[in-house]
Amino acid sequence: MCTTCGCGTDHVHIDGVGHALARGAQAPLTGQEQFAPAGNALPEPAIGAAGVHAHGTTAARIVQVERDLLAANDAWARRNRERFAAAGTLCLNLVSSPGSGKTTLLVRTVADLARRRTVAVVEGDQQTSNDADRIRATGVPAVQVNTGKGCHLEAPMVARALDGLPLAAGGVLFIENVGNLVCPALFDLGEAHKVAILSVTEGEDKPLKYPDMFRAADLVLINKVDLLPFLDFDIDLCEANARRVNPRVEVLRVSARSGEGFAAWLGWIERRAGTRRPVPSSGRDEARP
Amino acid sequence: MHEMSLAESIVQIVEDTARANGGGRVSRVLLEVGRLAGVEIEALRFCFDAASRTSLAEGAALDIEEPDGQAWCLPCGESVTFSGLTDACPHCGSYQLQVTGGTQLKVREIEMY
Repeated sequence: MCTTCGCGTDHVHIDGVGHALARGAQAPLTGQEQFAPAGNALPEPAIGAAGVHAHGTTAARIVQVERDLLAANDAWARRNRERFAAAGTLCLNLVSSPGSGKTTLLVRTVADLARRRTVAVVEGDQQTSNDADRIRATGVPAVQVNTGKGCHLEAPMVARALDGLPLAAGGVLFIENVGNLVCPALFDLGEAHKVAILSVTEGEDKPLKYPDMFRAADLVLINKVDLLPFLDFDIDLCEANARRVNPRVEVLRVSARSGEGFAAWLGWIERRAGTRRPVPSSGRDEARP
Repeated sequence: MHEMSLAESIVQIVEDTARANGGGRVSRVLLEVGRLAGVEIEALRFCFDAASRTSLAEGAALDIEEPDGQAWCLPCGESVTFSGLTDACPHCGSYQLQVTGGTQLKVREIEMY
């Protein structure tokens, strides 16, 4: 109700937890509130800003907006993509749950690729630079992005990280996203492909539980296959589940520990990476037009 | 909780629009969030209330339209409606569905004084 004059409905209409909190200070809960499922009943439009409206003043007006919520991120992603294209660098965005072996897989991958190509890594984690340290130990440059409370990388974070990394023709830039199968699905970073990593110590039904991510990915790597003899993991069922949410997805079975399946994974990258230059350059300014 | 990032985007878009239209208080925000957009509506509402404090959108009601997912079913050769990414085609049971709609995520309009 209006907190100026007390007009309006007899009870506070609460449409979700957020409103319960926001309105709590102005209209203490009485126990008579009607709870409605989100998205169905809509809040009373009669309640104006902060629960107050002025009588006899200008009526509300509608302003058409039609703006995409991800427009700002997508504009940065487009800029990153143009930068990769100008440099001739393939960018892959690696996504998975925590503990799937993403960093171990990346360490083995970059150690091999760096013998032939300019390779760099952007590491995303909430805290610590442990992962970037592991990458740098292989001699490959890495920039750590700590998202703090954030659960995913966004395109402007990657844009800033790129300033410290070599991008070269025929090069490959890996982005290791924050370990999370939900939020990174939504945020384009400018990558050519999202690669989802899933390990055999997780459930076969993970693609069904997190369909947004597996639908966003072009390639699924099923990691830790060296552990299969000790587990009841049905790898064919896991592949079928991935294809169920994404009929066009490619699936490769790998072990970052034993190297099994790595020829196929490295071949997948080689087929997509551009032609490399005969002499590797530092490449720092190549992305700048 | 990517809903917090989205809520901050909503507040930014709403504030920009409100300032461009005289800078009045915003009483209602209409969003379109497709059922395949990967957004938890309850979390988005919660985050919007937090993110909109001290902005022109503070206290604004959040109306959310949730259009169903649309997909092209390859075996049927026709467009079908479904609500989740793990759903099969309601006609033939196939999972060979190419999503064509229901992923939109935008601010449609605002009501302001």
